[in-house]
Amino acid sequence: MAEVSERIKASEAAEPVRSTGHAVPPWVITLGSVVVLLLLWEFFGRNINPIFGSYPTAIAQAAWEITVSGELGQAALQSLQAFVLGFGLSIVIGVPLGLVIGRFWVVEAALGLYVTAGNAMPLVALVPLLILWLGLGFKVKVAIVLLMSVFPIAINTWLGVAAVPKTLIEVGRTFVASNTTILRRIVLPATVPYIMAGIRLAVGRAVVAMIIAEFFTSISGLGAIVITAANNFETATMFVPIILLMVLALGLNALIGWAEHKVAPWQAEISDRN
Amino acid sequence: MGEVRLQDVSKRFRMRVGQEVQTVQALDRVSFSVAEGEIVALIGPSGCGKTTALRIVMGLELATSGQVQVDGVAVTGCGHDRGLVFQHAQLLPWLTARQNVMFGLEMKGMRGRELMDTAMRYLALVGLTASADRRPHQLSGGMQQRVGIARALAIDPKVLLMDEPFGALDAQTREVLQAELLDIHARTGKTILFVTHDLDEAILLADRVVVLRAGVVETILAVPLPRARGDLGQLRGTEAFAAARHDVWRALHGTVPVPHASAVH
Repeated sequence: MAEVSERIKASEAAEPVRSTGHAVPPWVITLGSVVVLLLLWEFFGRNINPIFGSYPTAIAQAAWEITVSGELGQAALQSLQAFVLGFGLSIVIGVPLGLVIGRFWVVEAALGLYVTAGNAMPLVALVPLLILWLGLGFKVKVAIVLLMSVFPIAINTWLGVAAVPKTLIEVGRTFVASNTTILRRIVLPATVPYIMAGIRLAVGRAVVAMIIAEFFTSISGLGAIVITAANNFETATMFVPIILLMVLALGLNALIGWAEHKVAPWQAEISDRN
Repeated sequence: MGEVRLQDVSKRFRMRVGQEVQTVQALDRVSFSVAEGEIVALIGPSGCGKTTALRIVMGLELATSGQVQVDGVAVTGCGHDRGLVFQHAQLLPWLTARQNVMFGLEMKGMRGRELMDTAMRYLALVGLTASADRRPHQLSGGMQQRVGIARALAIDPKVLLMDEPFGALDAQTREVLQAELLDIHARTGKTILFVTHDLDEAILLADRVVVLRAGVVETILAVPLPRARGDLGQLRGTEAFAAARHDVWRALHGTVPVPHASAVH
């Protein structure tokens, strides 16, 4: 028997680790793309009336000015606090909500429609009402970020649960695992890629939500800088928070990718994406 | 310990075909038993209900009528007295080989040192000590199915149930695993009920073969080969094997079996 096992081990040894095999590292391509874009923008942007548009060096200068004055840092801090809390809550609420809706038909029948409808809710129209309820400060920003991002997370989790192979759940059943054990130890890990995709979708929406909130309240945060600059025809300054937010979204996306790798290292190995 | 008895087990499914709902009779009063320590093969063409029968014995599905008993106790659901080996191993992809074996043991309430030791002992039984920390995608199909067997055996069930366990493997790996299964059976003495569509496999491994056709037990044949099968490759070349194979082949194709293997009802 031992001898037999040795013999097969050679013939059915696992495949070797593959390298990515690119001639040029991907980041070189990305960097090149950014440089080309900035150069084109600089070249054509300079010929436009500075009220109607701006260009990279002017924006960089404006950024420097409001950074040195401390205005940008303070606004970013105000915005980010609301963003982090609202987005964190949407994960804490959205993932369990999606799991139970996907797993239990009673919960799906009872709550599924609210989640589907909630995702299509015209939130902008409801912002004035939310301001009446929660005031103009921190709370209303958190609520708007939460309402914009919780639904895509819940829906993706829900879809992910529905896609878990029946046989994996049967593995749990054959070992007499309880419903909660099956949910926690089989359904949840099997759903991780969907949850992560939902969180990625939600990041973009949450950033937009934060700015919408600040447009309406318009007394604090990055959104307030946009509004004030636009009202004063300081177009270059107006671009600073916009670009900052886009860069922030990129950073968050990378952070999520990193977290995904930490939480579900098998996924990247299975899909062999490189 | 480990006697399985099926008594008049019937199963009807309702299935929507286009506009109308059809009732499909998957099993019709199926009765047979597996004695303690015996290996029984459930064979038949695809769609004959053999996997359904196995799932009912496991408790994953309930019979429409009739009863399954393990050691005289009626089966009403899944239980630790039965272990199932799935067709494609069905390991949890986020767990290592060792953790997959540990999963079943944890569900049985085992913890700590004993949990680790038991998992490693069963991985050793299937010759995978060195691959304990690999994840399923880092294992070949044959190695994955060995982990599946270790996972089912580790909870020390009275009966080992196997659903076409080697059907998805290449011919060479299949032969090795068949020999290993007989080796494991010799060492553990488990009662084994397995489903297969492979005639040779049924005869090489089983003491008796239950032939199922369209949800009905066509016949039950005893395999006239000694329990210790020796080298399976050599056995395939013998006349006794050819004769037994021919009997089951005829039963599968609807002709009456002849007395090489006496029909045992």
